[in-house]
Amino acid sequence: MGARVITITSGKGGVGKTTSTANLAVALAQLGKRVVCVDADIGLRNLDVVMGLENRIVYDLVDVVEGRCGLRQALVRDKRVPQLYLLPASQTHDKTAVSPQDMVTLTNQLRADYDVVLIDSPAGIEWGFRNALAPADEVIVVTNPEIPAVRDADRIIGVIEAEERSIAVSVVINRAKPDMIRRGEMMSVADVLEVLAVTLLGIVPEDRRVTTASNNGAPLTLADRHAPVSRAFVEIARRLLGEEIPIRDPAGEGVWLRMARRLGLGR
Amino acid sequence: MDDSITLKGIKDGLLVTIKPGGKWSERMKRLAALIDGQGNFFRGARVMLSVGARNLGQRELQSAQKMLAKRDVALIGVLSESMNTTGAALKLGLRVDLGAADMVTSPVAQVAPLPHKPPRIDPEERGTHGVLLRRTLRNGRTVHSDGHVVVLGDVNAGAVIVAEGDVIVWGRLRGVVHAGAGGDEAAVVCALYLAPTQLRIAGYISISPEARPGKPQPEKAMVRNGRIEAVAWDYRNMG
Repeated sequence: MGARVITITSGKGGVGKTTSTANLAVALAQLGKRVVCVDADIGLRNLDVVMGLENRIVYDLVDVVEGRCGLRQALVRDKRVPQLYLLPASQTHDKTAVSPQDMVTLTNQLRADYDVVLIDSPAGIEWGFRNALAPADEVIVVTNPEIPAVRDADRIIGVIEAEERSIAVSVVINRAKPDMIRRGEMMSVADVLEVLAVTLLGIVPEDRRVTTASNNGAPLTLADRHAPVSRAFVEIARRLLGEEIPIRDPAGEGVWLRMARRLGLGR
Repeated sequence: MDDSITLKGIKDGLLVTIKPGGKWSERMKRLAALIDGQGNFFRGARVMLSVGARNLGQRELQSAQKMLAKRDVALIGVLSESMNTTGAALKLGLRVDLGAADMVTSPVAQVAPLPHKPPRIDPEERGTHGVLLRRTLRNGRTVHSDGHVVVLGDVNAGAVIVAEGDVIVWGRLRGVVHAGAGGDEAAVVCALYLAPTQLRIAGYISISPEARPGKPQPEKAMVRNGRIEAVAWDYRNMG
């Protein structure tokens, strides 16, 4: 059986699926796991850019599916971390070039040689998402503490729950801004979980350096392992591997705020 | 009245019991008269004769069979404690016992069988049906029912429930709900936390107030005074 196949999705675009995939992949590889990232966003690839591997791509996922190359030939190795690979998406093909069954076949080939296969899903609930979901053992839904993002996360969880086979679903709350949450200007972690009612895998704070890191092609977890974002991803990776690490509320509600809320003064 | 012959309803016809004593031929005449006296009642009937310990031969049974056949009544069997009678009946291809199901039937002559009458159903209960959903309805889920809808779980924003009857949510109601969608203005919507995106009852529409101070409490929404009103859903407002 080998690898666990974990699909990272969100419903809504722009919540940080791709950066989360890249950072989580780096964190897992740093923990000694053999990791392959699969970019399932065919036609709009960018996991390679975020990981800084764009210039080393020779073949892509569609080439593998259509038999123009072997699976190993298409894998790009990240030289900065041991045992981290990328199977890039095709930039030129239409997403219909790949079927859900193709994805199952392809990931089954990867299972034997790796510990974790991370699939970066495109936004939406259409074909591309179906491709990314088909081979998944588990799904991580990335969301932001914002109502539109949570709405779409809720929708996508509903779609996953409607699948015949049961797929474990957990959520990562990305780009949490503690000061805004404290002022009641942003949904709190509790607010998000109240709607989604699934396992919380981790909370990643907002950090503008994530954007810089993506532009530089070096995920922050790789560039600065002591940044709060990097620590959050390492914790998420360790939780995925079965460790029990308590999750801290980024808003770090003090006693006063909690009392105020209890008295109905908060929010 | 002559009680030398009694009748019982059995599963596949009539059980005719001939009391002991008296001459067999007299009894058969009496039975013939009984049948003739009932007009068409016996026409097409299937009869089982119960003769007790009476010792009868094939000839006697055959004449009884003929007498009955003349009146369009079929003899299907003979019950007897006499070995001879039972043997004669078997030779004529007649049944000599009752099916198990026939053992517990009520006598026609004494007690009328219980009429098959369904229990009276209160008009309030008649035709009441609905769906029970034991899960949270997430964004994108739509539920339609021509009856009532009960949800054990939340109804998240983006989920839609359309019911011709009532909608009961044992959880937080944040989606869109239309109760009494067929025009029933008496329909109600109840939830432990009533904060729907939009709430409709029959032809009325309302939206939840922006901020709701205080602790969420169970509420019931209904049409009152020409608009949708919500009241606390508790023991004080059960009517």
